[in-house]
Amino acid sequence: MEQQKEAGMIGMWIFLVTEVMFFGGLFLAYTIYRSIYPEGFLYGSHLLNVKLGGTNTVVLIVSSLTMAMAVYYSQKGARKPLMGFLTITLVLGLVFLVIKYFEYSSKIHDNLFPAASLYNPASTGPHGVPEALQQQVHVFLWIYFLMTGLHALHMIVGAGILTTLIVMARKGKFTKNYNSPVEISGLYWHFVDIVWIFLFPLLYLTGYHLSVGGH
Amino acid sequence: MADHSHDNSHGHPENPIKYYIGVFGLLMIMTLLTVFVAQFDLAEKFKHTWGLEHISGVLNALVALTIAVIKATAVVLIFMHVRWSSRLTQVIVVSAVFWLLIMLSFTVSDYFTRGGWPVTGLGKY
Repeated sequence: MEQQKEAGMIGMWIFLVTEVMFFGGLFLAYTIYRSIYPEGFLYGSHLLNVKLGGTNTVVLIVSSLTMAMAVYYSQKGARKPLMGFLTITLVLGLVFLVIKYFEYSSKIHDNLFPAASLYNPASTGPHGVPEALQQQVHVFLWIYFLMTGLHALHMIVGAGILTTLIVMARKGKFTKNYNSPVEISGLYWHFVDIVWIFLFPLLYLTGYHLSVGGH
Repeated sequence: MADHSHDNSHGHPENPIKYYIGVFGLLMIMTLLTVFVAQFDLAEKFKHTWGLEHISGVLNALVALTIAVIKATAVVLIFMHVRWSSRLTQVIVVSAVFWLLIMLSFTVSDYFTRGGWPVTGLGKY
């Protein structure tokens, strides 16, 4: 039984290694484009909402703590606290997605969704994106939507997993001797948190000093 | 798992909650710190002393990434239990970082050594 559990955990870790390489490719694209278009990345970054991004960072940190607590109580075979912490984690995941939805809507409303007719940077804010930077900001916004979109997709999958776990816990499927699904899902949830730990400073904070100090 | 040669690999600690709370506190403090530091253009601040005006943004990125790596390491070691996991799991985790660094460093060095990079003069503002 112990060996089965270990095999399951190892399998999840191998999957997470492939996920690291998956997101790693996008971080690579970010690195190269940022070095080619440093001004566009600074300017594009300062268009993002640090308050909302920061709130989501805190939401994910708390959800990681509650997930760790859920795993702890699944090891103890304590059904009630397990269900409680899984539910809090799920709610926090949904809060993250709702905030993300508002961020996306605001960008689309400001004509900053980087697709053909939806991208009209000249109409943004009091003066719009400076003309010389519009193409660079376009690239930044593509990377922003691609990376956060892929991350949000992982959050949606995570919310589905948590819902399944809550249903299973409710039916009393987990005991002291059988809690692998909770532990394995915990690894996935923490991984998605780690991706955001890197996305937040690289996307939101890169140009933050422009917003604070004025330019 | 039979082989627990690592000192800390003897299963999970009796009461891991204090570790979880500790990591949670660290993550919150580090988040505040990274937001606080990001208010300043560090290269601008140090350009007279260190001659950093040509690499604006690099110093900020270094600080931000250092904080992010510390946060991620804490999550991996404590929340994901790698500190108490089998040696095999630990090797897999290290291999992920290793392969990621190979991909990043080889590709970036390839771009860097072909000339014309970083591309300049594409529009200052």
